[in-house]
Amino acid sequence: MADIAPAPTEGTEGTGVRSGVLGALSRRSMLMGIGGATAAATLAACSSDKKSGTSSSASGSGSSGGAVGGSISFGSNYSDAAPKGAFKALTDQATAKTGVKVSINTVDHNTFQNNISAYLQGTPNDLATWFAGYRLQFFAAQGLLEPIDDVWEKIGPNFSDAVKNLSKGVDGHYYLVPIYNYPWVVFYNKSVFASKGYKVPTTWDEFTALAKQMQSDGLVPLAFAEKDGWPALGTFDILNLRINGFDYHTQLMQHKVPWTDKGVTAVFDHWRELMPYLQKGANGRIWEDAAKALENKQAGMMFQGSNQVAANYTAAHLADLDFFPYPAINEQWGQDFMDAPADGFMMPKKGKNKDAAKAVLEYIGTGEAESTYLKTDQWDVGVANGLIAPSYNAIQKKSVAAIGACKNVSQFMDRDSVPDMATAMIKLIQGFIDNPSTGTVSSLQSSAESQAKTIFS
Amino acid sequence: MSSTSTEVRTRPAATKRRRRRSVRRLTGRDKVVVALLLGIPLLLDLIFVWLPALATVLLSFTKWTGVGGIHLKSCTTAGTLPGLPQPGCVYGVQNYSQAFNSAITPDFWPAVRHNMLWLLVFIVIATPLGMLFAVILDRGIRGSRVYQSILFLPVMLSLALIGIIWELIYAPNLGLINTVIGHNKNSNLIDWLGNPRLNLWAVLAEATWRQAGYVMVLYLAGLKAVDPALKEAAEIDGANSWQTFWRVVFPVLRPINVVILVVTVIESLRAFDLVYITGGGNPVKGLELLSVLVTQNIVGETQRIGFGSTLGVVLLVISLVPISIFLYQVFRREEKK
Repeated sequence: MADIAPAPTEGTEGTGVRSGVLGALSRRSMLMGIGGATAAATLAACSSDKKSGTSSSASGSGSSGGAVGGSISFGSNYSDAAPKGAFKALTDQATAKTGVKVSINTVDHNTFQNNISAYLQGTPNDLATWFAGYRLQFFAAQGLLEPIDDVWEKIGPNFSDAVKNLSKGVDGHYYLVPIYNYPWVVFYNKSVFASKGYKVPTTWDEFTALAKQMQSDGLVPLAFAEKDGWPALGTFDILNLRINGFDYHTQLMQHKVPWTDKGVTAVFDHWRELMPYLQKGANGRIWEDAAKALENKQAGMMFQGSNQVAANYTAAHLADLDFFPYPAINEQWGQDFMDAPADGFMMPKKGKNKDAAKAVLEYIGTGEAESTYLKTDQWDVGVANGLIAPSYNAIQKKSVAAIGACKNVSQFMDRDSVPDMATAMIKLIQGFIDNPSTGTVSSLQSSAESQAKTIFS
Repeated sequence: MSSTSTEVRTRPAATKRRRRRSVRRLTGRDKVVVALLLGIPLLLDLIFVWLPALATVLLSFTKWTGVGGIHLKSCTTAGTLPGLPQPGCVYGVQNYSQAFNSAITPDFWPAVRHNMLWLLVFIVIATPLGMLFAVILDRGIRGSRVYQSILFLPVMLSLALIGIIWELIYAPNLGLINTVIGHNKNSNLIDWLGNPRLNLWAVLAEATWRQAGYVMVLYLAGLKAVDPALKEAAEIDGANSWQTFWRVVFPVLRPINVVILVVTVIESLRAFDLVYITGGGNPVKGLELLSVLVTQNIVGETQRIGFGSTLGVVLLVISLVPISIFLYQVFRREEKK
């Protein structure tokens, strides 16, 4: 367990010129062969060793009826305290219902994600946390995940078609059991809107007029941060969904539409219109500070996920927080789409105790299990049909309605596209935020296109 | 630091000559011991340094995501699946031409430029600053140990802590600098770490803050080893302290100066940690460095290992230049003795 964090820290603390190269190299040589197994085993940690004795006996017991018995190990990237506790509650409940003992192997979420391909190719746990979207399909298509169609035969009725589509690979088989998602919407403080007499905007013109009004009232209209890289991708996503629609967005993410297309230009034209109302200095601000500006009522609105804004609000102010879906821009699409990233659980092909793991997945794919998970979570919402967990607060109840009202939800640029493409866009969008001119936009688009060509080749 | 003391200690040339003569008098058992003592480090060096380095060079001619093996087929004939990367294949020099092409890899040339700028700032600002600290502290001013500890502290702090410290200083709305100079309003704030024209300088200030302390300690060790009789003699001959330092002490410090020059070059080529911690691992425009580019391509969910290796090879080649010069100098000097 000692060196669970791989290359990045190695590179920083190694000695000599070689460290940058070698930090990477040691990782690569790990992947290449014998080393690969040990490296992934480090990730899989103690749990997989512990249960290897019991796995063989359990796999014979089959999944008929309620109690399956046996034990599985569960790789988790829920490394922050709150989700970690919620996840523990979920697996404890799963053990109570299925009789399968679950040992959790928690790994820091960045480390988990960075190592995922070595992890899946080495000795992974029986189940692991993951994300819906292209990020799932990418690994499923390379044969690293186990199809779980038989699980879905049982849990299918609990979910809508939209959720089912999120859980499938490109081959049409199921690979994920989702647990929750959360909406990307415009947050505001009810008290601020009430005291200034602001109205919730539903169109672009109303939205910009409101922003202008806030500015003259001495508020920062839209709190905004981009130091973390990904938050501004959300703004790109929603503008693209509003202006060009869901299908166009999906095709663009998979580079079936070129980045030089005039639809993309339109997105940045609208963004330029919005630029004067966005909080300045976003490239150097972490999103927590932007959320703080909203909470302190220095800012009027903020567009980001409830998983971040609501989670960052102190309990005392949470009752004042409210949101509305991003205003409509193109009448054709209205407010039909939004980013609502879903997280869930997948089954590595190399997992050992598959029957017990499937029994656990069958339990997780119920509204009851989702309610258990969400008992301590005040910002995400379950994805089971019509689920209103008893612990939901006003934001969560409204989130369910807002996501339900969508004709389609996308995941997020770094989940709908190749992560490399998202990284390229982060850099380009940072350049745009620094200098939002038409010149920047056209060079941004041609650069995005030439990078996309190599990334998708 | 250990290298400085050995540098200083190895100066007497007589011991060297004696040792060389004694090699011929080794017994069989001595030879085994020598072979073992040399062989084990050599083997470790081969396994952990040269083998991976060679693997990097080979991988730089491939295209590989890290999933599955690498087929010894050309990528042009390997075929593709829609929306998915090709299985590992031989890519020829394509990675190199992509790296040098600024349309496809817009970050490459800025990264090279930033590494050079890093080196320049270290040589022109950080090193002289550390030298100044060392000379002042060496004069035995009161509380010099306290100053020494304070100035060396940045070198010892963990990266996570450094990240937090500078985040508190540079943060746009709540940061120390902007609050003190009153530039923390939305209308006039200065975006130290986000503005692509400012952030490299902001990070270089952090790096200098750390490097100066490092150089200071190296110089202090060197200065302590300078024979005080030299300084006294210079004083008696009527030299002022400026002349004493530059004409007498500085030339005596030559071995230390070489070490510091090498350390400076190496530190600026492997500059990575502060930038990485500033972005929290995310890409930041204006803070491109070769080491960061390597990491971005190789560490992550979907890896472009072939391309990352190519960047690694470029960094390796650049690093070999100062290393070769240094080693050449060292060996030549030892032969002369």
